[in-house]
Amino acid sequence: MSNLVLAITEQIDGQFRKVTFEALSEGRRIASATGGSLAALVLGSDVGSLADELGKYGADRVLVADNGALADYTTGAYTNVVGALIHQESPAVVVIGATAQGKDLSARLSARLDAPLAMDCVAVSIDDGQLTVTRPMYGGKILAEVQMDGDPKIIALRPNAIAITEADGGGAVESLEIDPGESKIKVLEKTLETGKVELTEADIIVSGGRGMGGSDYSVIETLADLLGAAVGASRSAVDEGWRPHSDQVGQTGKVVSPNLYLACGISGAIQHLAGMGSSKVIVAINKDPEAPIFAKADYGIVDDLFEVIPCITEEVKRIK
Amino acid sequence: MNIVVLLKQVPATESLVSVAADGVSIQTGDLKWVINPYDEFAVEEALRIKEAHGGSVTILSIGSDKAVEAIRTALAMGADTGVLINDEAAIGRDALVTAKILAAALKGMSYDLIIAGQRAVDGDNYQVGTAVAEYLGIPNISLVIKAEVTDGAVQCHRTIEGGTVVLEAPLPALFTTQRGLNEPRYASLPGIMKAKKKPLETKTLSDIGIQPGDLEGPSTRIVRMTPPPERAGGQMIEGESPQEKAAKLVKALREEAKVI
Ligand SMILES: Cc1cc2nc3c(=O)[nH]c(=O)nc-3n(C[C@H](O)[C@H](O)[C@H](O)COP(=O)(O)OP(=O)(O)OC[C@H]3O[C@@H](n4cnc5c(N)ncnc54)[C@H](O)[C@@H]3O)c2cc1C
Ligand SMILES: Nc1ncnc2c1ncn2[C@@H]1O[C@H](COP(=O)(O)O)[C@@H](O)[C@H]1O
Repeated sequence: MSNLVLAITEQIDGQFRKVTFEALSEGRRIASATGGSLAALVLGSDVGSLADELGKYGADRVLVADNGALADYTTGAYTNVVGALIHQESPAVVVIGATAQGKDLSARLSARLDAPLAMDCVAVSIDDGQLTVTRPMYGGKILAEVQMDGDPKIIALRPNAIAITEADGGGAVESLEIDPGESKIKVLEKTLETGKVELTEADIIVSGGRGMGGSDYSVIETLADLLGAAVGASRSAVDEGWRPHSDQVGQTGKVVSPNLYLACGISGAIQHLAGMGSSKVIVAINKDPEAPIFAKADYGIVDDLFEVIPCITEEVKRIK
Repeated sequence: MNIVVLLKQVPATESLVSVAADGVSIQTGDLKWVINPYDEFAVEEALRIKEAHGGSVTILSIGSDKAVEAIRTALAMGADTGVLINDEAAIGRDALVTAKILAAALKGMSYDLIIAGQRAVDGDNYQVGTAVAEYLGIPNISLVIKAEVTDGAVQCHRTIEGGTVVLEAPLPALFTTQRGLNEPRYASLPGIMKAKKKPLETKTLSDIGIQPGDLEGPSTRIVRMTPPPERAGGQMIEGESPQEKAAKLVKALREEAKVI
């Protein structure tokens, strides 16, 4: 076994997801703390030109698996390629983003390689060579420190939890010839909403709950657009049919950790907090001064959201 | 169509959870236990597929005596049979070992389709379903909001960041659930009565061919559990008018919190 750290990158339509840079940054820190080196793996079709960008986040080597069969993520093909590469390179640690793709791939890899996996980690520490990760459990009601026995140790990082740092890496590009094999799964269709900020990657989220009173979210959308923010919702708003399921934040929705979370007309039920409690700064706007959300918010405004939010929008415009 | 649902009993989502004296587990004293919400979606979907295509729905769970309740609830919703693996050496293991045990049990069962939750909301591992599929050597599709069984295959709409992908896997296959898939039914009174007579088998590890040494290997170990840092309920922004409050908030977000 080497002391190589392998960071698995993720791109969608030719652009790396932000969590890729987070995984590389953490990978660099682990490599530096263990006297190892960092390799980044890029998978996809026609992705060769992307490789250059990665040296700047500390990758010593950039391994590129460019193959038509990897154009879209499928569990089988991706697991075959990454699994074979891991056999070949024997990394000590594998870092990946805990996205829809990363969760699926890391879980399948863990079983294939008989390697321990810690999912959705928010911090990594190394003390005397001992790797410890922190991961939320019970919807964030508990933080667990976890150690792993076995190799390689697979760490899947929660998006938006890890600081991105630039570092010098050689970034030597190597192309890989690994057969993705036959895929049992066929991709029939892919639909991406363009121009929409993804909730799990957003720096700022403006969320509306039952207090929105209907499907007209324009006050929230206007503010969100101005801030480059994503729009979220409580389960009640989704159950009412005001917002799509993909907007739901919470224990049965998305888990997010933006820098700023504005909860508008949301009471602060424990299942909602499970999805946004790790936000860095929380603002609550609610007309009920007793709403439980205020106990978790850094800043609270008691008022009608339809009165306050347009004023916030004006104020942001004024200072920008 | 023989469908198996992987089901875990977990503390209800509204539970307050605190760390036990050993520092590496939680206090279970007065928790209310329910079917993992994502597994409830799995049960509902299995029932709908059975209603459309015929066949049977089997609930498979690893758990202690109290997990019988969760399986009975699924039987009351309409599932046909239950299998509980109740063995001290099987309960509370990490995700990979859990998946190995479930896969061993499945090898002795007949299945065309397996449905699991995307995650159990206790450990939040997002791992067991996918790992089971690997151990069985069958394809898996995770985070599914729509599933349709056609001739020997299942078509699934899978959610990804910012969109959806439609995928097709030949059976046997496994998929994991995402909210949006369905609204689980409630168990009816007649359903609850019938459930009492439905077969529920309890098995040990040796019943499914696992010897004590088989489960050694890589593992994840919790070395410490802590409550998350208390959010010190912050500052209420006062003002005469919405404009004044808005101005103070924006100033604070810009100058104090530095987030906009
Ligand atoms: C198994 C399970 C899983 C769940 N998962 C989730 C989940 O993932 N996400 C989630 O969000 N919930 C989840 N819930 C539901 C959760 O328990 C709450 O019911 C839900 O979060 C409440 O949504 P809300 O805050 O929008 O609505 P409410 O609790 O009804 O609160 C609405 C708030 O809006 C305020 N308001 C009304 N009008 C205005 C106005 N004009 N201006 C300002 N404020 C106003 C009110 O004072 C009130 O505080 C789950 C529940 C269960 C049982
Ligand atoms: N003890 C268990 N018994 C049966 N199924 C389980 C068990 N643990 C996990 N699962 C299944 O695997 C899914 C994902 O769990 P996890 O990987 O622990 O988050 C759950 O939603 C269940 O469908």
